[in-house]
Amino acid sequence: MSEYGGGRPMAPYIRRARVFCALLLAALLVNAARVQVVRAGAYDDNPANRRAVIARYAVPRGNILVGGRPVTGSVDTGEQLRYERTYRDGPLYAPVTGFASQLYGTTLLEHTHDGVLSGTDPLISGFALWHDVRRDGGPGGDVVTTLDPAAQRAAFQGLGGRRGAVAAVEPATGRVLALVSTPSYDPAELSGNSEAVSSAWARLNHDPEQPMLNRAVRQTYPPGSTFKVVTAAAALDAGVVTNLDARTRSPDPYRLPGTTTRLTNEGDGCRDASVRDAFEWSCNTVFAKLGVDVGVPQMTATAEAFGFNDPGVRMPFPVAKSTFDTSVDRAQLALSSIGQYNTRATPLQMAMVAAAVANGGRLRTPYLVERTTRPDGQALNGTSVRPDRQVMRAATAARLKELMAGVVQEGTGTNAAIPGALVGGKTGTAQHGVGNSGVPYAWFVSWAQAAGAEVPAVAVAVVVEDASADRGEISGGGDAAPIAREVMRAVLAR
Amino acid sequence: MSKVGPAPVAAPPAVGARVGRRRGVELALIVLAVLLSVYGYCAVGLARTGSVPPGAAGYGAGLGVLALCAHVAVRIRAPYADPLPLPIAVLLNGLGLVLIYRLDLETPHDRAAPAQLVWSTLGVALFIAVVLVLRDHRVLQRYSYVCVVAALALLALPILFPAVNGARIWVRIAGFSIQPGEFAKVLLAVFFAAYLAANRNALAYTGRRLWRMQFPTGRVLGPIVAIWLLSVGVLVLERDLGTSLLFFGLFVVLLYVATGRTGWIAVGVLLAVGGAYAVGQVEPHVAGRIDDWLRPFATIDAGRGPNQLAQSLFAFAAGGVTGTGLGLGHSVLIGFAVKSDFVLATAGEELGLAGLAAIVLLYGVLVERGYRAGLALREPFGRLLAVGLASLLALQVFVIAGGVTGLIPLTGMAMPFLAQGGSSVVTNWAIVALLIRVSDSARGQYDGREAP
Repeated sequence: MSEYGGGRPMAPYIRRARVFCALLLAALLVNAARVQVVRAGAYDDNPANRRAVIARYAVPRGNILVGGRPVTGSVDTGEQLRYERTYRDGPLYAPVTGFASQLYGTTLLEHTHDGVLSGTDPLISGFALWHDVRRDGGPGGDVVTTLDPAAQRAAFQGLGGRRGAVAAVEPATGRVLALVSTPSYDPAELSGNSEAVSSAWARLNHDPEQPMLNRAVRQTYPPGSTFKVVTAAAALDAGVVTNLDARTRSPDPYRLPGTTTRLTNEGDGCRDASVRDAFEWSCNTVFAKLGVDVGVPQMTATAEAFGFNDPGVRMPFPVAKSTFDTSVDRAQLALSSIGQYNTRATPLQMAMVAAAVANGGRLRTPYLVERTTRPDGQALNGTSVRPDRQVMRAATAARLKELMAGVVQEGTGTNAAIPGALVGGKTGTAQHGVGNSGVPYAWFVSWAQAAGAEVPAVAVAVVVEDASADRGEISGGGDAAPIAREVMRAVLAR
Repeated sequence: MSKVGPAPVAAPPAVGARVGRRRGVELALIVLAVLLSVYGYCAVGLARTGSVPPGAAGYGAGLGVLALCAHVAVRIRAPYADPLPLPIAVLLNGLGLVLIYRLDLETPHDRAAPAQLVWSTLGVALFIAVVLVLRDHRVLQRYSYVCVVAALALLALPILFPAVNGARIWVRIAGFSIQPGEFAKVLLAVFFAAYLAANRNALAYTGRRLWRMQFPTGRVLGPIVAIWLLSVGVLVLERDLGTSLLFFGLFVVLLYVATGRTGWIAVGVLLAVGGAYAVGQVEPHVAGRIDDWLRPFATIDAGRGPNQLAQSLFAFAAGGVTGTGLGLGHSVLIGFAVKSDFVLATAGEELGLAGLAAIVLLYGVLVERGYRAGLALREPFGRLLAVGLASLLALQVFVIAGGVTGLIPLTGMAMPFLAQGGSSVVTNWAIVALLIRVSDSARGQYDGREAP
């Protein structure tokens, strides 16, 4: 009876049981450290972990601004994914904003500037270490665009129910003033995560009209006669043409070199026509022969200076590559030089052609985002010096301006004339499809210079896909030029 | 809430001196515990709505009054009691109410905090009743067979009621859900302690020897094994494997402490492994739990999204070292049982590893104080009762916390004091009351031989 109460001593076993309990609790802590520290990164990054998604939508998304006013917004749904995107004039600005969907990700500016808009950009979230400690996201910053709301609306209304696109830039700076694609869609339909969103997604993707296709930058078209601006620039720069009014030795019809195919014109009077007349009346024969006379290397150099064959154009979202085929025989070169064969261009590319002419041959890289700001409006990234290049000699640009002004004054583009302003343009009506059976595309590229201004304030390209099929009545001048005129008028009225 | 003041360590008293009563220390710590809880309550409101929640004063006053009543009862009837268990219980209960209130904000149609507050009040009332009525814990020894009959009756009761979420452990009366198995824990601990105290010499010395191990005679061992088998059998029938594991662990620990025979541990582990294997073969429910434990992300790989254990691991991981802060986590993604079985995940996410360690340390101190009382007592029943109650807490914390952090297979069980569940809160207050009563005896009769 060694211990109290008699019997065997118990204290050593109690102590051992105590150690056992301590070990159990220590094992808990070691395992907690494993889960919360060692494996934490892998668990946090597991795609099935909703926390990253919840954090993304926990703060109001920053806005995209047009003309100083936001065209986007955020609504507090009170759901787990709290803030949902809203859009003012969604269809009007969809080719610029894109959508920000809780189900389908982001596109266009919503995508390229997602870091700023969602507030995760290090420039906005600030001190990274502090952010790691606190892990609470701040509100997103804003993206200020270069768009001119009046020009944008004029282009959208001008296109109306037709399929087409408009791109307008400011030649002296490269600021994009309008970017429209129709038919459009309302990106607000895709913002949330409900059943309605997935059905809207399916409907938009299966719509034969392709409302989510951004035709202004993501679709290329045969530029047709509007490409004659490029051919004329190459011919002038190469010295193939020295006098705009001298008669060219151009047969009508023109037999494509090495073939028996005969190229004809819509109208009469193109045989041996001067470059000025041929430009005003859009003579295919003259410009096809001109392209062949200039040759592949010089034509390629000029086209690529304008931006053709460049796959890396970003605005900041990627722009589809406009093409000028460089491995062509002389017959193919002839067709390429009048914007057919494998020559294709986005509406934005053709606006850049008009802008280069308007800006004395100097092409400013187009850009859509003026600056990004913190939520309090403080600028993050201002306008920096953007690259530009001399596409053609200044003298060449001056003579091309003359030619384009002639088209509007007395040629195929009189529909684009604006009283009190100098307007230059070029029509195009591109055939496509097997045996030219497809509905032709009506093109118009132009610029407008207010009286007293040193350089044109706006260059614009318009394409209308389903222009009425009767070739005799429609042309770029009939369908596309009035839209271009309204866009230019909106810009000049500022 | 992640900061818990360092637990004051009682200075070792001079040999021969009586232990100080230390009621003032207890009161100070209770005030601290109530203030910490109120701070947590306010932190939730500030994080969620930017303002102090309107009920903060009422919540603090309610918790404070409850704690003060308990304190007064201890002052009157257990003046020598250990000053630590009561403040720790108040802090854990207060923190549990904060976590449940915080999770209620995510489920506005299913509010659990008001009911939990009512149950906490009942728990404190039971605490006071035990401290006031039970003048000497040795009285319980006389009622050991009443305890075991009551325990078995409580365990068997839910069989008469429909199963809830796969487990037949609930009794629903007049809108209240009661888990009788929770109360049975304490009663079984009392019975085990009384029985082993009476029979420990027979268990240790009589019987036959088989290959270096001493096996007691069937006459002594029979009743205790029968009761254990019965309780485990009832639990397997009710599919509540966490409680089954808990009883088993309690049984083995007490048997070891009473007899000092390491053979019991070997037999116990063998029984546990064999039993787990057998149950795993028969019960798809259990086999599924083990699969989940081995491969917590299997449902993700199978394209069915994360299961509760995966969500719980995500919650702990999101907390990291410092936590997101109260009210700012997303542990509600766990879904069902987020306020009960998985409540620790909310603590892990919002208070971080630091807060979790503080909580585990609080449990550790509570367990250690129980063991300390056991070491200081002079008679075997009190020693075994103190060790049994302390081990019960430690095992329960290990089983549920280990389950939700992926250390062991998940078994449904309530985190003591923290989790939603009236029966659990009331039972844990009873455990703390008994620890207070036992420690009062230990420290009151302290003779300098073993520091209480």
